[in-house]
Amino acid sequence: MLRYLGGRLVQAVVIVAIVATITFALIHLAPGDPFSAVMDNPNVNERVRATLRAQYGLDRPLPEQFVRYVGQLARGELGWSFSHDRPVREVLASALPNTLLLMAIALAGSFALGILIALVQVARRGSATDHALSAISLFFFSMPDFWLAILSLLAFTYWLPLFPVGGAVDPVMHDYMGFGARIADRLRHLLLPALTLTVLAAPGVARYQRAALLDVLPADYIRTARLKGLTEREILRRHALRNALLPIISLLGLSFPALLTGAFFIEKIFAWPGMGLAVVNAIGTRDYPLVVGGVILGSIMVTVGSLLADLLYAWADPRLRAR
Amino acid sequence: MPGQTQDFALANPARPRESPLALAVRRLLRGRSSRVAIIVLGLIVLIGLLAPFIAPYDPSAQPDIVALKDLAPSLAHPFGTDPYSRDVLSRVIYGARLSLLIGVLATIVSLTLGVAYGAIAGYAGGWVDAVMMRLLDAFLSIPRLLLLIGVLVAWPRLSIGALVLFLGFTGWFGLSRIVRGQVLALKHAEFVMAARALGASRRRILLRHLLPNLVSPIVVAATLGVAHVIVLEAGLSYLGIGVPQPQASWGNIIQDGADQVATLWWMSLFPGLFMVLTVMTLNILGEALRDAYERRS
Amino acid sequence: MTAPLLSIHDLRTWFYTEGGVARAVDGVSFDIGAGETVGIVGESGCGKSVTALSILRLIQPPGRIETGSRIEFEGREIVTLGDEEIRDIRGNRISMIFQEPMSALNPVFRVGDQVAEVARVHAGMSKKEAWDRAVEMLALTGIPDAETRARQYPHQLSGGMRQRVLIAMALMMKPALVIADEPTTALDVTIQAQILDLLVDLQKKIGTSILMITHDLGVIAETTSRVIVMYAGEVVEQADVDELFAKPHHPYTEGLMHSMPHIGHDQERLNVIPGTVPSPTDWPHGCRFRDRCPYSWELCEREHPPLYEVGGAHVSRCHLAIEPERRNHPHPPLVVQEGVAAA
Repeated sequence: MLRYLGGRLVQAVVIVAIVATITFALIHLAPGDPFSAVMDNPNVNERVRATLRAQYGLDRPLPEQFVRYVGQLARGELGWSFSHDRPVREVLASALPNTLLLMAIALAGSFALGILIALVQVARRGSATDHALSAISLFFFSMPDFWLAILSLLAFTYWLPLFPVGGAVDPVMHDYMGFGARIADRLRHLLLPALTLTVLAAPGVARYQRAALLDVLPADYIRTARLKGLTEREILRRHALRNALLPIISLLGLSFPALLTGAFFIEKIFAWPGMGLAVVNAIGTRDYPLVVGGVILGSIMVTVGSLLADLLYAWADPRLRAR
Repeated sequence: MPGQTQDFALANPARPRESPLALAVRRLLRGRSSRVAIIVLGLIVLIGLLAPFIAPYDPSAQPDIVALKDLAPSLAHPFGTDPYSRDVLSRVIYGARLSLLIGVLATIVSLTLGVAYGAIAGYAGGWVDAVMMRLLDAFLSIPRLLLLIGVLVAWPRLSIGALVLFLGFTGWFGLSRIVRGQVLALKHAEFVMAARALGASRRRILLRHLLPNLVSPIVVAATLGVAHVIVLEAGLSYLGIGVPQPQASWGNIIQDGADQVATLWWMSLFPGLFMVLTVMTLNILGEALRDAYERRS
Repeated sequence: MTAPLLSIHDLRTWFYTEGGVARAVDGVSFDIGAGETVGIVGESGCGKSVTALSILRLIQPPGRIETGSRIEFEGREIVTLGDEEIRDIRGNRISMIFQEPMSALNPVFRVGDQVAEVARVHAGMSKKEAWDRAVEMLALTGIPDAETRARQYPHQLSGGMRQRVLIAMALMMKPALVIADEPTTALDVTIQAQILDLLVDLQKKIGTSILMITHDLGVIAETTSRVIVMYAGEVVEQADVDELFAKPHHPYTEGLMHSMPHIGHDQERLNVIPGTVPSPTDWPHGCRFRDRCPYSWELCEREHPPLYEVGGAHVSRCHLAIEPERRNHPHPPLVVQEGVAAA
C-alpha cells in the first residue's frame, strides 16, 4: 500500500511539473509579451516592474527564465497579480476556500442525488419512471454549465426572488448581523450556487451509477442472493450497490475537472468570491500571472483529488487491500 | 461471458456477414430515441447549412441602434433583438452554422491527433510508450477549459481557424488511450503471429487490422466530441475568449446579453435551447452507437 | 405410499425471443421423494438447468412458466405462489448450488457474513447467532479452521473451498430439497470427488433430498438412486440407477453410455453420438431424437412417442418399446445419411 502511495505521489509531482512547463511554454510562445501590458504601461508603479523583472528575469535568456520560474513554483511563488496589486498566491489563497466549499457541497450532493436516482431507475427498470428520469438526466447533462447557472439565477432571484443575487455575504448588512444571522446569511448566499452546481453534476453520476448497477445485476452472486430468498430491494441495496459503488469511486476522481470548471462558471454568474471568479475576472483584465496561477492551482487540485480517489478505491476494494 | 448467468443460450438468427459499423447502425436505427435524435440533429444541421437562405435578417446588420435595440420577441423578430439592434433569430441561425462547423472541424483535428498519438505509442512500445503515456496523464490532469483559458488569454485576437486548432489540440487525450489499447492488443494477438509466420510484415498486418477495429471508438468519440466542443466553445465565447465579435456563435449571443441577463432574457434562452437540443441529440446518438458496438462483443 | 416431496407435472418453460419461441422445457414431469437423491442427466441445451430454475421460480423474462405447469412442493403449488411466499422457500426449504463457485460469492463481503445472511433472512437470527451457526456449517462442510476462514473474502479461498461455502450456505436452514446444478464441473478432478462425497455425507446427516443435475454419468453413478434422462426439453428415460446402467432403453441413453471412455478398454476412437441437439425454437415433429437415432423408422417421424413403461418403474420415450425387434437392425442415423453437418 505504502509503495503504491509513494508511486502515485511521485507521479503527481511529475504531472504538476509538466503542467508548469506547458504553461511556461505557452506564456512565451504567445505573440507579444504577456507582461507588456504592465511593463510598457507608464502608470504602473516602478516597484511592480522591478519585482516582475526580478521574479521572472524578464531580461534574461529563456532557459534562465525557465529555471527561475521553476524555482519560484517550487517555493509556491506564483507571481504578481496586476489587477489585485497583490501576489497571485495571496489572491488565490483567500479565494480557494470558497471554491472548495462550493465543490465539496456539490460533490457530496451530486453523488447522493445521482446514486439515489440510479437506484430508483434500476429498481423500476423499463418503467415510465425509468424513461422519464433518463430523459431528464440527459437534458441536464447536455446543458452548458453557464446556461443552467443563468437560468437558475433568473428563476430564483429575479422571477421568484427567493435568494440574493450574488456574492457570499450581504455586502452591506453582514457585519452588523449577530452570529446566527450571519450564518443564515452565508447559507442563503451559498445555497443557490451550490444547488446549481449539484444539479449540473448529478446527471453524470446518475447515468454512470445506473450503468454500473445494470452491469452488476446479471452477475452470479446476485443470483445467489436471490436464491437465499432476499427481496429484490434488499438485493439491490445490499449486494448490487456495494459492488456498483466501486466504479463510482473512480468516478469521484474523474469528476473533479468537470466540477472545477463548473465552479468557474457558477462563481462568475453568482459572483461567488472563489478561485473561479478571480480567474475569470483576470481574463477580462488580461492579468496573465493570475490566470496562469489559477490554471496551475486548478491542475494541482485535480491531481490531488484524483490521487485521493485512487487511494479510496484501493481501500474500498477488498481484492486490492491485500497488496 | 464468465461470471454471468445465462439462463438460456440461444443462437442468433443467421444473417449474411455484416460489417460492425453496418450492424451498429442497424441496431441504432431500431431505437425510437435514436430516430428522433437523428431527425432533430438533421434539422439543426440543415438550418446551419442553409443559414444564408433562411435567416430573415443579416446577422451583423445593426439597422437602428436606438429604436430597434433590446426588443422583446415579436412577430417581426421572433427571438427579439440585441443591444446592437441585431436580430437574434438570424444570429442564432448563423450561430448554428458556426458552432457546428467549429465542432466538426475541431473534432477532426482531435481525432487525427488522437489516433496518431495512440498508434505511435502503442506501436513503439517500451520507454517511448511509457513516456508518451506519462505525458498524456499530465495533459489529462489539466481540465480542458483551464488549459484553453490559459492558452487563449495569451492570444488576444484569435481567428476562428486558430480557435479550432486550439480546441482540437486539447481534445484528443481520451481517444489516444483507446487507440493505443487497440494497437497493443493487436500487437500481441495470435493471428498476427500466424500471419507473420506466413510472411506478412508486421506493419502491414497492423494497418490492415487496426483501422477496422478503430472505426467504432472513433465514431463514438467523434459524435460525443462534437458535443463537447460545442459546449466548450460556447463557454469560451461567453467568457469573451472564444469566437471573436461580431461573429455570431451561441455563446457570443449569450455573452452579449450577459450584462442585462434579466431584462434581455431572450438572449440567454434561445441560443441555450438550441445548444441543449444539439448536444442532447449528439449525446443520444453517440451513446446509442457505443451501446450498439458493445453489445456486439 | 407417502406423498412425494416435490411433484412436477407437465412443466413447460418457454422463452419468447427475437428468434422465436424457445421451448426449453416442454412437458417435463417427475417426482422426488423425501430423502431421495435423483439425478437429471443430459447434454447442454436439453433443459435440465431451466427445469431447476423453474422449480425455484427464477425464470426471468423473456422466459415464462406456461400455464398448465404444476410444481407441487410440500403440498403447495409453487407456480402460482406469491412473491413473498416463494422467497420464503428459497434458501429455506429448497436451496440450490451452482457450478461456478468462483463467481457465485459476492466479492466485497466476508464469506461468513454471506453464509450467515441466510439465517438472518429466514430465521430472524441476530448477527452473532447467525455468524456462529454459519461457522458451524462451514466446519461441517469440511473447511479447516472455519472461524478464520469465515472472516476471509472469497478471493482468498480456493475453488473447492468456495464450493464448500456455497454448500454450507445451501444447508444453513436444513432444507428439504437441495438442487445441485453441475456442482463439480468447474472444479479439479481430485476436488470433484471430495465435493461429491461431502454432498452424499451431508445428505445422510441432514436428511435432505438432492436433485443432482449433471452431464456426467460418473457423478450419476456415484451419488444418485434414481435417474432422469433429458433430451430436447423432455424426459426421455427414467429408471433406478442400477437398472439404467444395466439396461438402458432409450437410444440416447445408450449413446451416452457408450461415449464414456473406459479405462482398460482399448479404444481407437471415442464413440460419439452424431449430429447435434436441434434448435429449441424448432423442435422436430415426432420423436426429437430420430435424426441421430440408429434405430428410427417412419413411425418415429409420424408420432411423438409417449413415455412407455418398459419394466417396473422404468419408463422410456421410445417407440422401440412397441417394436423391440428393430433394435437388431441398426442403420446409420439420418443425420449422417443426409450429410447434415454438425453445426
